[in-house]
Amino acid sequence: MIAFLVKRVGNAILVMLTVAFFAFLIFRFLGDPVEMMVNESATQVERDELRSRLGLNDGFLVQYLRFVTNAAQGQFGLSWRNQQNVITLIGERFPATFELVIIATILSLAIGIPLGVFTAIGRGRWWAEGLQFSSIVGVSLPSFFVGIILILAFSVSLGWLPGYGRGEVVQLGWWSTGLLTPSGRAAIVLPALSLSLFQITLVMRLVRAEMLEILRADFIKFARARGVKRRALWFRHALKNCLMPVVTLTAMQVGNLIAFALVTETVFQWPGMGMLFMQAVTFVDIPVMAAYLCIVSFIFVTLNTFVDIAYAVIDPRLRAA
Amino acid sequence: MHLSRILVGGVALLALAMPATAGTLKWGASRDISSLDPYSYGDSFALGVLNHAYEGLVRYDRNLKIEPALATSWEIVSPTTWRFKLREGVKFHNGADFTAEDVQASLKRASDPKSPLRGNIPAYKGSRVIDAHTIEIDVSAHYPLLPNDLTTIYIFDAGWLKDNNAEAPTDVGSGSEGYATYNENGTGPFKVESRQPDAKTVFTKFDGWWDKTEHNIDRIELTPIASPATRVAALLAGDIDFTDQAPVQDLPRLAASPEVKVLEGTDLRTVMIGFSQRDQLLSGAANPMKDLRVRQAMQLAIDLDLINKKVMRGKSRNAGALVAPQIPGYDAALDTPVKADPEKAKALLKEAGAEGFEFEFNCADSLVNEEQICQAVASMWSRVGLKPKLDQGTRAVQTPKRSAGKVDVYTLGWATLPMLDTYSLTSQVLHTKEGSFGIFNWGGWSDKEFDKVTEASAVELDQTKRLAMEAQSLKIAKEHALMIPLHQQPLAWATTAKIKDFPLFSDNLPRLWLVKM
Repeated sequence: MIAFLVKRVGNAILVMLTVAFFAFLIFRFLGDPVEMMVNESATQVERDELRSRLGLNDGFLVQYLRFVTNAAQGQFGLSWRNQQNVITLIGERFPATFELVIIATILSLAIGIPLGVFTAIGRGRWWAEGLQFSSIVGVSLPSFFVGIILILAFSVSLGWLPGYGRGEVVQLGWWSTGLLTPSGRAAIVLPALSLSLFQITLVMRLVRAEMLEILRADFIKFARARGVKRRALWFRHALKNCLMPVVTLTAMQVGNLIAFALVTETVFQWPGMGMLFMQAVTFVDIPVMAAYLCIVSFIFVTLNTFVDIAYAVIDPRLRAA
Repeated sequence: MHLSRILVGGVALLALAMPATAGTLKWGASRDISSLDPYSYGDSFALGVLNHAYEGLVRYDRNLKIEPALATSWEIVSPTTWRFKLREGVKFHNGADFTAEDVQASLKRASDPKSPLRGNIPAYKGSRVIDAHTIEIDVSAHYPLLPNDLTTIYIFDAGWLKDNNAEAPTDVGSGSEGYATYNENGTGPFKVESRQPDAKTVFTKFDGWWDKTEHNIDRIELTPIASPATRVAALLAGDIDFTDQAPVQDLPRLAASPEVKVLEGTDLRTVMIGFSQRDQLLSGAANPMKDLRVRQAMQLAIDLDLINKKVMRGKSRNAGALVAPQIPGYDAALDTPVKADPEKAKALLKEAGAEGFEFEFNCADSLVNEEQICQAVASMWSRVGLKPKLDQGTRAVQTPKRSAGKVDVYTLGWATLPMLDTYSLTSQVLHTKEGSFGIFNWGGWSDKEFDKVTEASAVELDQTKRLAMEAQSLKIAKEHALMIPLHQQPLAWATTAKIKDFPLFSDNLPRLWLVKM
């Protein structure tokens, strides 16, 4: 087991190093950060001076190695645009993204699972097939479009919910939460819905497929023969048996949601990590981009590693692998 | 009974709550300021926002003319020395008194080799405190534009800088953060109450402001909303009261809403096209654009009316001169837009033997509808038989090519900010590239006569003579068809109907201390 763990952690570090390597390879094509940093009237000498002070004259391998050495010591440097510590900057934004992702996940489960069950038990009926069909829309609509439609409907026309920002936040230590104030709770609804739409369809389709299989199983037939009520049969006995893959999928998707939140955050001006990254790209703020990519890959890798470990605990055959 | 009591109570509560929210102006900008430190990032927008909390010795008035702010008067005591009388009784937000020491410490901080703002005061050499409210500033030569430069050099409290170890500007290369990035202590009409980067920066009214208060705003909430569609939606829904970036394509819709007022004008920024004057094009072929006739032909090929109508939706102002009418040095005689004449263009190209030559057209993304402008211009050139190759990219990608001179034809937008004088254009865009001159002379044009007139205008202290010299520079540029002016960009702000008086500024910087709600 320990050997397995060491191997997984080793893999995780390798993945992060690779991500950072490719990131630095790409950064050179984003343009010249110095042009974005200096004043219009700065002279060429001033520009060159700043460039050498930031170490931009070095080759990308040297820059990459310097980044890795510093990052290993927990030094990610200062954002070139905000002049703030990169880790503080990302730390400030993380709660916003995390809350958005968690609420979106809860929404996707709370809406996706019942819909999945209904479409499974109503198979062949017009309403179930209609739901099934309209779920294609959920998969195929781009999320920035969904976001804008939601804003138009609920914020501009109906005026029920705010269309941007995070509302009032409460500071709990370093964690800022919007979930404790009415305006914060209202503000999270639209972005979370927009982010979860894809996930809802995913969960719904998965639950439907699993349910259809399980409803054919012998124990269901026996239970029905024994006279178990239909509702109990569907929601207690059958549903329980198809939740395992849903849980796995949800855990794996959290990483995806954090990455996809980037688009939703831009549309809703949600002050999260994705928003920060988008701005960093525009301004060629290399320290922020590098740290963000490392952190997101770290989250991905950690989630995957946990899932792997959980599987290994359940299935001893995988431990040798 | 109970219900009615609750209702009455609710209404009473509402009534109590109302005055607290009245006087709050919610500003939805297209981006956030990067820091509270005005000496952190050479960016006109951030300087404009921070001008609500910090002030310079002088400022621009409603007509963009220089007026006294923290200084009350100034005189030139020797060719290279200016003496400024400072305003008495001015307090910083922390209660400290404003004195000459503060000006000296601020100038030192702004001109520090690591300060990104150093380029804003190119002529500054040093300063001397004469008494508590008099300071002398040394400049490198005769330099009539010192007050213009000082509009963006905001004054810090010397004691505050010292106590918080912020006497030097923050150096991102060093890896340590600066106190002024997070904290504010200026003399301006508003003070910073709180700031959440990318979410909200709150300014509240400063009661001890030295100037007569014309505004009736108690609180400003600055929220960046990057997505234009979201910004428009927020304005229509009444979630914000004002935006300084109303998208051109949404203006008709905004204007149609009874809840929204649109303020339109033209920006100071003049959009133009420049040419390489090097011997060879990027392709290695000889450069036909060294021939005046070719440049003229390229200008005649461009239909400004069509660009105005189709690309800018009638919101831009066709230009004949390289600076906007508001800029000192502007000469109306030079400002006749060139009428398109493709036949004559073809004839000129034939005469110069430059028919159908190929060149790269370098385009960025920072001007209003820049992509579409470039596509339109490129197709107009194709119509007269030229073969432009469009090279489109972000500003960060294109600027290095441009400053390295790796361009044939390029776009440029020049607003003369923060100087607001023709000298900004003539010295930085058109003067021969040498020393601090001609940094934006990407085409590599050089003309002794032009340089002489421009340099002379820099040291001429007589305003009338100086402006005549600047007009002369612009005339030379026009005669040589050095750059093709296209238009002044549209400028559109929008507010909700509840805001009564909101002055529009063509430098695109809102000055909320002049706003009445």
